[in-house]
Amino acid sequence: MENIRKPLPRIREETRGFWEGCKRHELFVQRCKDCGAYRFPPALGCHKCGSENREWVKVSGKGDVYSFAIPRGNKPEGVHPAFAAEVPYAVVLVELPDAGGVHIVSNITGCRLEDIAIGMPVEVTYDDVTTEITLPKFRPSHDVS
Amino acid sequence: MIATNLAIPDLSFSVEIPHFGGSGCAMVAAAASAIVSGAATVVVCIRAIDAKAFQHAMRGPDRVRPFYLDSGDFLRPFGWSHAFFRHAVSLKRHMHEYGTTSEQIGRVIVAEREYGALNPRAMIRTPVTIEDYLHSEWFIEPLRELDMTPFNNDGACAVVVTSAKRAKDLKQRPAYIMAAVQSSGPYTQAWYEFPATIAYETAARTTAERLFRIANVTPQDIDVAEMYDCCSWEVLNMLEDYGFCERGGCGPFVAAGGIELGGRLPTNTHGGHLAEAYLHGVNHILEAVRQIRGTSSAQVKDAELAFVASAALPWPTSALILRR
Repeated sequence: MENIRKPLPRIREETRGFWEGCKRHELFVQRCKDCGAYRFPPALGCHKCGSENREWVKVSGKGDVYSFAIPRGNKPEGVHPAFAAEVPYAVVLVELPDAGGVHIVSNITGCRLEDIAIGMPVEVTYDDVTTEITLPKFRPSHDVS
Repeated sequence: MIATNLAIPDLSFSVEIPHFGGSGCAMVAAAASAIVSGAATVVVCIRAIDAKAFQHAMRGPDRVRPFYLDSGDFLRPFGWSHAFFRHAVSLKRHMHEYGTTSEQIGRVIVAEREYGALNPRAMIRTPVTIEDYLHSEWFIEPLRELDMTPFNNDGACAVVVTSAKRAKDLKQRPAYIMAAVQSSGPYTQAWYEFPATIAYETAARTTAERLFRIANVTPQDIDVAEMYDCCSWEVLNMLEDYGFCERGGCGPFVAAGGIELGGRLPTNTHGGHLAEAYLHGVNHILEAVRQIRGTSSAQVKDAELAFVASAALPWPTSALILRR
């Protein structure tokens, strides 16, 4: 079981900008060049206008917890085996107001499970999981803005 | 192979519909189209499940189904392991926005387990109390183990579709298809995917608009509903999305006994996936037909219009309305 690795993202043409940004500890969200709609996850075309003209926008990484869920069961079909030892853990949806309000899925660090709350302000932090891949995670933000 | 074993000399129409649990009613829609177009005169819509094979496939590594995992790259590294994470976060948000409680959610389980107890075919025939529910184990909080179908049965079911003219001479009372539609809404969605900004609105909304318009009835005209239920939240979500109650109102609706026999909209009268068996929602179509025929184990008196909804995820989804 120790040899089972956590799934890593595959890098694709249209998502490369995001993952390269994470490696530099910067958060980029894709935006349609024609109608300005932000989208996440990154994609080839715009869900609003259908255009393939796209650009990467650097965002602050500040957001709010929109929702979350906590796997707590211990049945094998509950979670990916690489995560089994971490149960219970939280998966969060973070809303990014300066990225058109898109939601990004991640984990929260530096916070007890029982303290996670919808509406809680968070900010991005980076987890260099391999030499190639860095995952964006979120920690409670202490900004009052 | 099935056709050969039944000595069917020729198949003039044969399709497979993807989209997992969203496809059940879509099979009937496709069958009806084939009959109206003349491509076929009788169409059999089948679903069979081998529990072990199914569970293995659902836990399969990414390489088995890479084409479904476009946004899995943004989910799986964080421990979002399957579609029920999507249901869990949607439900959590709904509880926050509308005050939906665990006690209200549990009413779905209590109701469906009661229907299962009445159903001689059901895999699970023991009722559950709300106290049992509230003290039960978590699966992915806020979903509990009891909110989930066990996914552990083998089984098969079939729906035979033909023209109304042909059905007149048959032994059983026909259930007439008033409408059977598919719809995706603006976000098509595969198994793991999630749209960028929507937590709990689903393609059921666009399906509802088309379905009720074509059938020329309203949700209030429906006498009995069979809704895809791998977890309780799917039923609660669809009660709202299909307009059986207002957005945010699913908790009070079920708390008032709305889906129970004698309630405003008896739902999953066979016990659904939660109690009868997991057959990708096609067993729900069979139960709707029984309600029209008057042969259900939990018969709604004088049921005239029966509604069936396939899985709210993935999209496109599908739904149908039958009448006596």
